Amino acid sequence: MEPTDAELIAAVLRGDQTSFEPLVVRYQPRVFATARRYARREDEVEDIVQEVFVKAFQKLASYRAEAPFEHWLMRMAVRTCYDFLRRHQRNREMNFAELSDDEGEWLERLGAKGDASPDAAAAKQLVGRLLEKLSPDARLVITLLEIEDRSVKEVAKLTGWSETLVKVRAFRARAQMRKLFAQMEPEKYL
Amino acid sequence: MNVTELEKRLMDAARADRPSDRVPYAFEKRVMARIAALPVVDAWALWARSLWRATVPYAVAVVCLAAWIHFSAETMAPADQIAMDFENAVLVAVDESSIEF
Repeated sequence: MEPTDAELIAAVLRGDQTSFEPLVVRYQPRVFATARRYARREDEVEDIVQEVFVKAFQKLASYRAEAPFEHWLMRMAVRTCYDFLRRHQRNREMNFAELSDDEGEWLERLGAKGDASPDAAAAKQLVGRLLEKLSPDARLVITLLEIEDRSVKEVAKLTGWSETLVKVRAFRARAQMRKLFAQMEPEKYL
Repeated sequence: MNVTELEKRLMDAARADRPSDRVPYAFEKRVMARIAALPVVDAWALWARSLWRATVPYAVAVVCLAAWIHFSAETMAPADQIAMDFENAVLVAVDESSIEF
């Protein structure tokens, strides 16, 4: 029978470093999926995941076991991703009106028939470009609230922000999104 | 189709795009190697290092303070003069009461 999280954590805290490895193996797929929402390049994703586990190891003594280890780890993952976004703020003032051929085509099909499939690669690319233009907190809040469909309470827990702050940031993020849509000049395609 | 509808469609596309949870081969070994390479934090060593680093600034501060006391003492009134002034100040009431009108 596999040891539980609590048993592994207790062993690590007693000084058995190797007991941390099964925890990494158990939770790394979830942390990778989370990191891939915020970083595009695979080497950046790997750096984020490594940072999450190193931080978790260093702060393991502060884990109080009041909530599952996974929740504690995912909070750390989200905050590490947020730090990554803040460190790597790309130039958001770039001209956004220029869409690629695929993206323009997807919008045209959407406008003409309204049946462009939502999983089209061009649509994903377009959303990715839109999210990259958002400020770090706007991107985080849109990703958690709109894309991952989490509640305000959950977002507050994950980010460490108050529920009011999450609502305020969500309001501003949606306004930023609308502004970006306007810059995209969708009426040219629809 | 209006922009709101387009926004909704794009969000649907983003929701449908679940990021992969694929893990590179032996990634956990990389994490464990990184953890093993972490420097061990020794609180006493940190304290000793901080003390050692503080010696030069403290030595400079002590020299400056000593110099200031030395030079300011030269410009001050001599100690017996200070004692005399203090005595006069304390006894001024006695002197005034002994004056006969």
